Amino acid sequence: MALISCRNVSLAYEGNTIVTGIDFTVNQGDYLCIVGENGSGKSTLMKALLGLKKVSQGDITFGDSLKKKNIGYLPQQTEVQRDFPANVREVVLSGCLSSGRFTPFYTKEDKQKADKNMKLLGIKDIEKKCYRELSGGQQQRVLLARALCAADRLLILDEPAAGLDPVVTEELYSIINSLNKAHGMTIIMVSHDIGHAVSNATHILHIGNTPLFCGTKEEYLSSEAFRRISGKGGEA
Amino acid sequence: MFETLSYYFQFDFVKYAFIAGILVSLCAALLGVSLVLKRYSMIGDGLSHVAFGAIAIAAVLKIAPMYFTLPVTIIAAVILLRMGQNSKIKGDAAIAMLSVGALAVGYLLMNVFSTNANISGDVCTTLFGSTSILTLSATDVYTCIVLAAVVITAYILFYNRIFAVTFDESFASATGTKSSVYNLSLAILTAVVIVIAMNLVGALLISALIIFPALSAMRVFRSFRSVTICASVISVGCSLAGILVSVLADTPVGATIVAADIIIFIIFAIAGKLRKA
Repeated sequence: MALISCRNVSLAYEGNTIVTGIDFTVNQGDYLCIVGENGSGKSTLMKALLGLKKVSQGDITFGDSLKKKNIGYLPQQTEVQRDFPANVREVVLSGCLSSGRFTPFYTKEDKQKADKNMKLLGIKDIEKKCYRELSGGQQQRVLLARALCAADRLLILDEPAAGLDPVVTEELYSIINSLNKAHGMTIIMVSHDIGHAVSNATHILHIGNTPLFCGTKEEYLSSEAFRRISGKGGEA
Repeated sequence: MFETLSYYFQFDFVKYAFIAGILVSLCAALLGVSLVLKRYSMIGDGLSHVAFGAIAIAAVLKIAPMYFTLPVTIIAAVILLRMGQNSKIKGDAAIAMLSVGALAVGYLLMNVFSTNANISGDVCTTLFGSTSILTLSATDVYTCIVLAAVVITAYILFYNRIFAVTFDESFASATGTKSSVYNLSLAILTAVVIVIAMNLVGALLISALIIFPALSAMRVFRSFRSVTICASVISVGCSLAGILVSVLADTPVGATIVAADIIIFIIFAIAGKLRKA
C-alpha cells in the first residue's frame, strides 16, 4: 500500500487557486522530486503534505500505517535563525520532540538518537558550536540531523541546496542519496534543480499550473514536459 | 552604608520590594529571550501601553486595577498576535497604533475624570513607577509570588518545546508541536508579567526589563540554555542593584533599574566584540 496518496488535489494561496488536479502516490523507498518553476505551487504542495496547510479540493491520505510522527522535515532557513543563539546539539535534540508523548525533558533514548544522527552526518565534533557561526553546508547537515531525529520513515525536504556552493551541494545530495539507498528512507524533495532531480530521484512530479508530469524518472526523461524544459535550456 | 541598609530592611515594604523585584525580573527575562528571538519585542512594548490605558479606565470606573487591567491586557496580547499573523494592517503598524492609542486614551481619561488634584503626579507614577514598588501590600506580594511560580514552572516544564517553537515554528508544527498554542501562551504570560511588573518599573519602562537582559546575554553566549540562564541572572542582578541604589541614593526605582540594565548591556556588547576579535 502507498505511503501517501494524493487524489485530485487543488491548492489555493490567499484565495487564489494556484494548482489543480494533482494525482500521485509515494511508496516506501521512493525518492520523489517535485520540480517546477517559481510560484508553481511546489512549496504549497509540500506544506499540504506536512499538514501545515489545508487542501482546497481533493484529499491527501497516509497509508501503510504512516503517522505524522514518522515524518521529518527540512524547511528552508528563516530570518530568525540567522542570529539565533543555539548550539548544534540543542537544535538536533529538538527534533526528538515529535514522538507524540509528553515528557518535559529529553529521555536517554532521545539523546542516543541525537548522537547517532549527528555521527551519521559527521557533525558530532561540532555539537557544542553555535548554529549561526556554521557554514551553510554545516547548517543544512544540522537541520537534516534534526529531521532524522523526528523521522524514521519519510523525509520531506524543501530546496535543501538553496544558497549552497556546488561542492557542498553535491555532498548534501550524496548524503540524501545514501539515506534513501542505504537507510531505506523515503524522500520527497522540492527542488528547482532539474539536473539533480533526474540524476538522483526515482520519481518526478513536475507541476506548473496543472501537473504536467508524474511518473518514474525514465518516463520523465522521454516526456513532453522534460523536452520543453531542456529544449528551452532550462536549469538542467 | 550597611547600617543604612539594615535599617531599611527592618521594614516590611522594603522586603516586599526586593521579593517582587527579583520574581518579576526573573519572569521578564525568561519570556524576553523568546520574545526577542521571535521578533516580538514590540508586542511587549505595545502591551505596556495598553496596560497604562486600562489602569486609567479602571481608576475612572473605580474598579481594583488588577482585576480590570489583567484581562484587558491579555485580550490585547491575543489581538496583537493575531494581527501580526494575518491582517491588512501589518504587525508593527498595528502595535504602534494600539500602543499610542491606549496611551492617549489613558491620559485623556485621567485628565477628564481626575480624582486627584495632582494629575501629572498620578500619570508620572503610572508611567514611570516612581515609588509604588515601595508601597506594595502583603497581598500584592502574594499575588506576585503565585503568578511568578506559574510562569517559572511553565517555563521549565515546556522549556524544550519553547526552544523548538522559537527556533523554527514550521518544523515544530510539521512534527506535531502545536506552535499556535505556544505563541498564544507566550503572549498571555507576557501580558501577565507586564501587568505585575508595572508596579515595579511603571508602564513605560517595563519593556526594558523584557528586552535588555536577553539582548545582553545574546552578545556573549552562544547556546539557548546559556543565554536563558545568563539573561535571568543579569535581570535579577540589575533589579537588585537598582532597588538598592534607589533606596540609598533616593533615585526613582524604575529608571535606576533600567539604567543598570543599560550599563550591563554596554559591558556585554564590548565583551562580545572582544571575544570575536
